[in-house]
Parts: sequence; C-alpha cells; structure tokens
Amino acid sequence: MATMVQAMRLALHVGEARLGVTDVFGQDVGPPLGGVFTQSQGLRTAWNSPLDERGIVGTAIGLALAGQRPVAEIQFCDYAFNMIDLLKLAGGICWSSAGDWNCPMVLMTPVGSGIRGSIYHSHSFDAQATRIPGWKIVMPSNPLDAYGLMLSAILDPNPVMFLAPKALLRTKATGAERIPGEPGDERALSRMIDAPLGDRSRWRPEWPEVEDLFVPIGKARTCRPGKDVTVVTYGRMVSVAMQAADVLSGEGAGRGVDVEVIDMRSLAPYDWDAVKASVQKTNRVLFLNEDTEVTNFGEHLLRRTVEELFYELYAPPKLLAGAHVPGIGLADALERASVPQLDKVVATLRDLATHEA
Amino acid sequence: MTATASRHPGNAEDVALAPELLVRIHEAMLRARCLEERLIRMNKQGDGFFWVGGPGEEALNASLGLLVHKGQGPEYDYLHLHYRSTATLLAMGADPTDTLRQMKNTATDPYSAGRNFTNHYSVRRWNVVPVSSPIEVQFSMAPGTALANKRAAGNGITIVQGGDAGTHEGDFSTCLVWCSRPGHELPCLMIVANNQWGISTPASEQHAEKHIVDRARPFGIRTALVDGSDTELVYRELKKAMDYVRTERRPFLLEVMVSRLYGHSSASGANFVPDEVDCLVVFERRLEERKVLTRAAMDELRARCTQELLEASKRIREEPQPAGDTIWKHVFADRDLVHEAADRVSHGKGERG
Repeated sequence: MATMVQAMRLALHVGEARLGVTDVFGQDVGPPLGGVFTQSQGLRTAWNSPLDERGIVGTAIGLALAGQRPVAEIQFCDYAFNMIDLLKLAGGICWSSAGDWNCPMVLMTPVGSGIRGSIYHSHSFDAQATRIPGWKIVMPSNPLDAYGLMLSAILDPNPVMFLAPKALLRTKATGAERIPGEPGDERALSRMIDAPLGDRSRWRPEWPEVEDLFVPIGKARTCRPGKDVTVVTYGRMVSVAMQAADVLSGEGAGRGVDVEVIDMRSLAPYDWDAVKASVQKTNRVLFLNEDTEVTNFGEHLLRRTVEELFYELYAPPKLLAGAHVPGIGLADALERASVPQLDKVVATLRDLATHEA
Repeated sequence: MTATASRHPGNAEDVALAPELLVRIHEAMLRARCLEERLIRMNKQGDGFFWVGGPGEEALNASLGLLVHKGQGPEYDYLHLHYRSTATLLAMGADPTDTLRQMKNTATDPYSAGRNFTNHYSVRRWNVVPVSSPIEVQFSMAPGTALANKRAAGNGITIVQGGDAGTHEGDFSTCLVWCSRPGHELPCLMIVANNQWGISTPASEQHAEKHIVDRARPFGIRTALVDGSDTELVYRELKKAMDYVRTERRPFLLEVMVSRLYGHSSASGANFVPDEVDCLVVFERRLEERKVLTRAAMDELRARCTQELLEASKRIREEPQPAGDTIWKHVFADRDLVHEAADRVSHGKGERG
C-alpha cells in the first residue's frame, strides 16, 4: 500500500508521463535527493533550483504563462512567507487581466506539525492560503486523495496549492484506499519506486501501471457518517477526528455519540453544500484544524454556519484550532499545547453532543 | 564585459540609422508622448483616478516595441514590462484609445476591464505579461518564460524591464541568479531604465554600486550602459543586446539612463520637470539638422496626435463603466488558454532546469 508521499510521487509520474507536466522543481527536488520527503525521486522532469523561494514561485508563474505545466515546491511552508506577494500575483493574473491570461501551475508544500519540527518546520498554511483569492487549495488526508487531488491539480487551468500534511506523508493507506493499479505488496512498490540509500546515480524507478483517478477539486468527503454531531476538518486532523469518533462511539454502553466526519479536501473552492447538509442533519458542529485560531479558515466556516444555519443549531458551534502563538515549540509538551489533541477533541465533541438546546 | 556606450561628438555616422527607420521611431515616440500628456490631463480633469507612465523613456521604449518579435507562445518574445512602457506598446501597434479606456477604467478597457491603473498592459496575443504595480516582481517571473523560450523552436527571447529603484528588491538578484546558472543559461534580456529616482528618493542616497550593470559581472552576464537620451544609440545598443540574447541564448543586462519628465506619478503632481533631458527634443533636433523631418512636419504630427487623442478621450467618456457584479468574473479560469496556445511546441525532450 502506498504511503502518501509515494502516492504524490506516483501522481507526479503520471503527470509527466501522461498529463504534460514539464517541470517538477524546487530546492533539493531533483536528483540525487528527490525531495526532502522523497516525493520527487526518480521523476524525469525533476530538477534542483537555487535556494530562492521567490525565484521558485516566480519561475513557476513564468513557465505557466508560457504554456508549460510546472509543479514547484516550497520545501516547507514555513519558508513561503517571503513570497506572499507572488502568490497574490499568481492568484490575480486571470482576474487582473480580465480573463486574458490564466496561470496553470501547482505549488506543493508540506504543512503542519506532528514531526517535532520546532518553530520553522511546523507551520500550517491553510489560513494564509485561503486569504489569497484566485488559488485553488487542496489538502489531502490520505494517499488516495493525495494521488487524485494531485492529478486534478495538474490539469486545472488555475494555480493550485497542494498542502501536504507532513506528519501523514509516510503513513500508509488502508486496503480500501489503494491507488488503482498499485502493487498489492508494499515492499514490492518500495523496491520499484523508492530510491536506494547511497549511490543513486544508476538507479531508475520502475513505475507501476497506475490508473488515472481524479478527485474533483471542491468536493468534500464524508469519511464517517453519523447522526449526533459533525466534525468539519481536513489534513492531519481528519485522523484525529476519526479516532475521537471511535472513542465516543464506544462510550455509554450502547448510548455512545455518533460522530459524522467531513474531510473538506479542498479549501478553495470549498464544498459548502456538504457542510450544510451535515449540519442540518446533526445540528451540532465542530470545526477542527491545526492552524492558529485567529483569522482561521474554520472561523470562516463557523461564521457562515451561524449566519445561514443559526436556527438549525442545537448547540453553539465550536472551533478547535492551534494556539495563536508565534511558533510551535520543540518540546513535546509545547507542541501538544499548541495544536488540538485527541483528548480535547473528544471532550469538545462530547460537550457538543450533550448540550441542551 | 561591460560595454559603456555613449554618444561622442563626431561619431554620428557610427550610430546613424536609415531615415525611414528614424521616422518610424520618431512617430512611435511622439505618439507615446502625446498619449502620456493626454493621460495626465485626463487625470487632472477627473477623468481617471491615477496616472503613472513613461514620458522621458520613449527612446528606449519605442525602440523596444519596434524590435520585439511579436507573437503568441514561446517561439516569440515574452515581455515583462513595467508601468512606464507606454511607448513599447504603441510601437507594437496597440491602439492608444485602449490606454485612455484603462485610464477612465471603462468596461471596454481591453487590458483589465476597468480593474487596473492606466499603462498596466496585458496582451496575451503578443506575449505581454500583465503589468503589475509591485516593483520588480516581473524579474522573478522572467526566468520561467525564458526557460520556455529556450525549449521552444525558434529564437524567441524574454525581455524584462524595470527601474533602478527596483533593483534593490531581491527579485533583481533572483533574475541574475536564475538566468546564469552554469549550463542552464537563459535567453533573457534584463533592462534597467535608470531615471535615478525611487519615487522621491534620489538614487545617489541608495546605490553604492557605480553602475547597476556592475552587479551582473560576477555572474558572467554581458552588459551595456547606454545614454537613453540618444535615440539612435539606444536603438542600436538595444538591437545588439537583443541579437546577442537571441543568437547566443544567454542573458544580457542593459542599463539605460533615462529621464522622468513628469515625476513619479500623479501622486507627486505629474508636473513637467524642466531640468531633465528630453529624449524627444534631442531626437527632433537631430532629425531637423539631418533634414530627415522638418520642424513643421513634426509640429503638424504632434498637433494631429494631440487632437485625435482629445477627441478619443471625449468619446470614451460615453463608454460604460463596469458593473459592480463583474467583480466575480475571472476569479478562476475555466479554460487553459496559455496551454492551448503553446500546444504546438514540443516539450518532451526539452532541457530540464
């Protein structure tokens, strides 16, 4: 079973083999390393760029405007803050030219905490990204979605940001989430597409015949149906929400809380219909993500919920997000205090489910 | 490798251009100047919120517009211009009325449908990348189109232009670095139009380097420094630089000393600055001396252009303003226009990086 990073690599391979990707580039993206998380190992079009985030994004824009299909990478989203204006520029090219130009590029970057990455390898970027109109923004929570969202991103005529939850990059798919055509044996897949340690100069990947699978941008997925309370989340927090749902379903000797988990998958455009339908069913909702809580994307969803669904709510809607502090500290207790943890998610959902209207 | 070019008395023959070409350059420069003067008047009369433009740079910009290989897709030249590039667009054949439309932010403005300031051009069919107000960002984008030029058949190049103050931004260094990577040099002509001002800040307070072109030397990038008030010289040096980039597929940095005849923008008054050298005046004097054009003919052309633009500015007052609900148009593209245009170019075996 592919890990998320293997799924991204397979998608990028399909991109360059069948969908016209011309460049996969960024710092350490080309050989010999193939990306600090191994996401671009063995790719024909991968190349190493100068260590210059503005140049990486600017060059991707230029390539896109000239009809190429670039996939650029910022090594960690923590280093994307010095080119916010270029993101604004890319997002505004179609609009500012009144539709004269479009800018078809993919920008992928690892996001979030969970690997004890300290102050500059733990940032989230969803709050920043969703404040830049003109970009499509996707964030997978599992390898299959990573594969399908990447393929959709590559073919989209707009700039698409692919936020990869770094703590999930090496997690494996369950049996139900296999990429069509991937080998059933994970060791076989690894032998085929993972670069060996040491000298890689003669190594070439043996790509499996994976099939096209396009996860539509803008469509959420109900990971777990439930009737008592909804969690709207994405990225790494999807698995936390699923664990919380498991905990709550087993409580109270058959009178457990039945949690519905919505994985947004796309933050721009986002699937309001899915959120609305779930809230109208459960009448109770928690928005969950790990970016800092002030001016947070979940806040936007919560505001819209209050404005449009107020009289259908049985409990005040909640947001659980990261602490609004400048960074995520290295020590275990500091990171745990900075981003939502399972116990807090469970407690919040229990409160929501039992709140007397 | 810096070639410093300036006009010396007695070497006029070295830079002499054919009379027919001189007339074309003059007309492009004069039309651009008349347009800028009309735009400034429109702004002062309340027919536009803001003016920024390039009076004083016409020798450079008109020459560029006449020399560019105009077309769509990576086989042709890409232009990453700035908001002083009026004469370039007019020399390429743009309709000056469209610039008036952008000034008046009408719905009929073909460059932005009333969304952007005047002189912020966007012409995909000519590879003119949308001009944006932030200084120097175009220098970070230019390596991308230059890489596409290099891969494509033909001899298309990328031309990126900005001012002297913009070279303080990291994007200028980005362009130098990305265009000169060993073994991956890019066909990119970088032009710095040096008017020696950054809004109100004199360049002398901010630049320790003697010339901006000196910054290209460590990268092995060929350069030239040119007096932008000498139209023939600018044309010839620009052509040499473009020919070099086109042929050698390597970068070039051209610094052109220009004037800023009406200040930074309408924000600083947009009033004529009498102590700056006017390249158009210098050029017209030379055309008169060489009997290429008479004073009367040039005056007549100016009067005609001025009158035409006045009448056009009155006409576009009657054109509709964009409706508020048009803000939702073009947030996202529903077609891949740039890829459709470039589809004929094979990328499969192109050079990586």
